[in-house]
Amino acid sequence: MLVKVAAKFQSEFFIRKDNFEINGKSIIGVMTLAAEQGSTLHLRFEGTDENEAAEAVTSLIERGFDEE
Amino acid sequence: MGNETGTTGQKIIRGIAAAPGIAIGPAYLYTKSVPRVELKPIAPAEIDSEIERLRNAIARSNKELQKILAFAEVKLGHQNARIFEAQIMILGDAILINSIEKRIRDEMKNAEFVVFDEITKYKNLMLAAPDEYMHERAHDVDDIMNRIIRNIQDQKLFSKLEGEAIIVAENLTPADTVIFSRNQVLGYATDLGGVTSHAAIISRSLKIPAVVGLRNATKEIQTGDIIAIDGFAGLIIANPDAATLDILKSKAERFHAFEEQLHGIAALDAETPDHRKIELSANIEFPEEVEFTRLQGSAGIGLYRTESQLIGKSTYPTEEEQYEVYNKVAEGMAPLTVIFRTFDIGGDKVVTEGPHESNPFLGWRGIRVMLDRPELFLTQLRAILRASTRKNVRIMFPMVSKLREIREAKKILQRAKDELTAAHVAFDANIPIGVMIEVPSAAILADQFAAEVDFLSIGTNDLIQYLLAVDRDNSSVSGLFQQFNPAVLRTIKMIVDAGHKRHVWIGMCGEMAGDPLATVLLIGLGLDELSVNPSALPEIKKIIRTVKHRDARRMADHVLSLATEDEIKEYLSSIVRNKVPELPIE
Repeated sequence: MLVKVAAKFQSEFFIRKDNFEINGKSIIGVMTLAAEQGSTLHLRFEGTDENEAAEAVTSLIERGFDEE
Repeated sequence: MGNETGTTGQKIIRGIAAAPGIAIGPAYLYTKSVPRVELKPIAPAEIDSEIERLRNAIARSNKELQKILAFAEVKLGHQNARIFEAQIMILGDAILINSIEKRIRDEMKNAEFVVFDEITKYKNLMLAAPDEYMHERAHDVDDIMNRIIRNIQDQKLFSKLEGEAIIVAENLTPADTVIFSRNQVLGYATDLGGVTSHAAIISRSLKIPAVVGLRNATKEIQTGDIIAIDGFAGLIIANPDAATLDILKSKAERFHAFEEQLHGIAALDAETPDHRKIELSANIEFPEEVEFTRLQGSAGIGLYRTESQLIGKSTYPTEEEQYEVYNKVAEGMAPLTVIFRTFDIGGDKVVTEGPHESNPFLGWRGIRVMLDRPELFLTQLRAILRASTRKNVRIMFPMVSKLREIREAKKILQRAKDELTAAHVAFDANIPIGVMIEVPSAAILADQFAAEVDFLSIGTNDLIQYLLAVDRDNSSVSGLFQQFNPAVLRTIKMIVDAGHKRHVWIGMCGEMAGDPLATVLLIGLGLDELSVNPSALPEIKKIIRTVKHRDARRMADHVLSLATEDEIKEYLSSIVRNKVPELPIE
């Protein structure tokens, strides 16, 4: 879900947890992070539509990934 | 477990019976060929062909997995097939593939090394996560990585497997198990794994005999050796001699004939011809087993071992985590009932904190631990109660040896109920409770215990061990562990009579309940419920449906008059041979 939404935008999207940063458009990367709930994640957007991308992704997260 | 070499050169290796059936054939030793990956620099002119190799390997991996997925959907159902869906998604991860291609180009390294290096990063992150779930995902990632590398290296997987074979492996992934079953696999034998490993669960649903936990089968056996696998007894025999082959072949024939007969029995009740209905249910420990249990025609879950949640964990699961498990099981079985046994830790099960005990079986275990750790107990009871809204849940306490323990456990249960009521959380206020009778003092006081609860369930493994003072894991005395010892049978009768006098029902969830030799006797002694391994359900049901309750009672009376286990076993064997001649017993 997260990967799909992020893929709609030109901007690069990275998620950093602790000292490791993964590409938010990567399925295997997001699988790795899906592990721990309640941990702090830093989101980074870079590109021409970075504001729109940031808004779409944070809104998805706030909606609880549209699951259930 | 251990090895025995007979005079004829045949070698028996004992493990754990994971899926029933018998097979004889050549062994195929499957050493998990984790492909060797070496870093090889490539020349600029080779870059394009290297990337071409990567793309071909990914396409081929995708094709392989699509086939496996389609096959798994049919054979295993959607839930189990999802493992492969996730692997296919990884193959389609454009970011991952692009970064691999980019590194091949920029760093001029060979494709398999870059695949290995990139995917291992993710794998290690998953392995570093504290929970078991992520560790399993790491295996999936490992699986897909090896598949891509294998395909890059153009290694044709399983090409060596020609014709029928019994797979001998250290361990098998779900993918291995499924792929192999497309070939002519006769059986699985693995060094590692328990009855509940994925491979065991999958081979049961594929109806391929399997023995796991053989420890060193891969070292003892070579490809091409003729071996026999006995999925009932849980052993494999290398180079079986003619006499053994004869015995096994006739056992296999009887099994197949019997299987034919059992076809359709799942839909029938476990009822004797003179209409005594037995509650024939199953012992399980993972939610994944619910589906198979229902397919096998179980009347419910007679024992859900909740301590399975503690395997490989260093901390206790939260109320929420526990609730999820219990609710899944209760929902999957509804309207059939589920008996959750509260954590039975200590003894040989799950190492707990606390001092080292020189005699753990007489130590801090079962209800004793839970009463000393009321917070832990409350958390579990709340989780079970919350899963009881469908009114199909029962609670059972293990290792009770004193009346006071039941009363204290009930007090804590009441506290859990009060807490939920105060928080306006729904649960079944009349949830039935029971205790396991597995300690001699509990057997002797069964009438008084019965007055406190709604049901009793006899745990034969521990009861026999305590009654006969025999540790069956101690090879010097394990021969003295006698299921049919007259003292054991009299004790069972005493418990049943005491319980019935108090109008509570009496079940049995130990191994004896699933022993076809014992079924007639147990019905005759008056047991109301038998809870057995899911794979044993059809044959036990068949016996119940064959022998009249009236006759079983008469036979049980006769058994109680016999003085030695040998006589008793001989008598019971003759009854089974006589009444259910098609049953494949020894």
